[in-house]
Amino acid sequence: MGMAAETQFHVLAVDDSLIDRMLIERLLKTSSFHVTAVDSGSKALKFLGLVEDGKRNEEPPTIALEANQDVEVNLIITDYCMPEMTGYDLLRKIKESESLKDIPVVIMSSENVPSRINRCLEDGADEFFLKPVQQSDVNRLRPHLMKSKVKDEEDHHQISNKRKETEESHSPDKTRTKMEPPKVVNSS
Amino acid sequence: MDVGQMQRQWIDYTKSLFLEGFLDGQFLQLQQLQDENNPDFVVEVVSLFFEDSERLLKDLTFALNQNGVDFKKVDAHVHQLKGSSSSIGAQRVKNACIAFRNFCEEQNTDACLRCLQQVKQEYCLVKNKLETLFGLEQQIVAAGGSIPTELSFSG
Repeated sequence: MGMAAETQFHVLAVDDSLIDRMLIERLLKTSSFHVTAVDSGSKALKFLGLVEDGKRNEEPPTIALEANQDVEVNLIITDYCMPEMTGYDLLRKIKESESLKDIPVVIMSSENVPSRINRCLEDGADEFFLKPVQQSDVNRLRPHLMKSKVKDEEDHHQISNKRKETEESHSPDKTRTKMEPPKVVNSS
Repeated sequence: MDVGQMQRQWIDYTKSLFLEGFLDGQFLQLQQLQDENNPDFVVEVVSLFFEDSERLLKDLTFALNQNGVDFKKVDAHVHQLKGSSSSIGAQRVKNACIAFRNFCEEQNTDACLRCLQQVKQEYCLVKNKLETLFGLEQQIVAAGGSIPTELSFSG
């Protein structure tokens, strides 16, 4: 428990167009996100610490801990059409990685191609924005970030709940989060 | 001319750019992203657009004047130009690019060359308009005024 006051979310933006990078960065900063912008999928993967076998760099614990804290990314927003590695390719690599697959990914594209949009959403993208991206689109990001946060807290609560169950069988569940279905205590 | 008159001139000029279709709502978005902490945002983005566009138009001219035109390459350039013009709200340039891409698909060199002319023309027009607009802004700021942040279209 005891999450620190209002943590700033860190968004990684990926777009090969400098103009679009400037725009998305400004839009995200207006919404109080901390932003890192890169111009390619491979630079994004490098920033995320992903090596080819899908695991994070295997380093001595102390260094890895510092690296993790430096590059904690809460959401990735990427252009679809990029040379070498498309936004879709990047999405796939992120979802195939044990350490990164839970980070929400949003895809942007200037082209409205339903089959493309569906494929991205089916393969794990949380949202698909048509360019030019608007402030109203960026406002839709927060729930995805909050969802990841709640999931983290829920994971912690489930671990501590299990411990509680073995210790005291009748204590009420004080740590229920929004995601858990309510336990029926008294049927009426 | 006093600051008030300059500001009204700026408002009228900006409105005309929208009414004549040179700019669309995306340009308003750009202006809304500008604030005291980022006072030159619009000029910076638009300047990038000018640089980008000039490079792309040069590349397009080169690519279309080859003996064997690489339409994939031409299309890639037009796609980029369409994207950046859309991102800054340069509506007429964007629309000219959309038409251009259709002819790339048909691999029609002559039509593409005509489209390129069209895009160049629209680009020159919007560049002049925006430079005029920025000139007005500089005058206002030099006279100690501020650039209006709200464009009411009701008057």
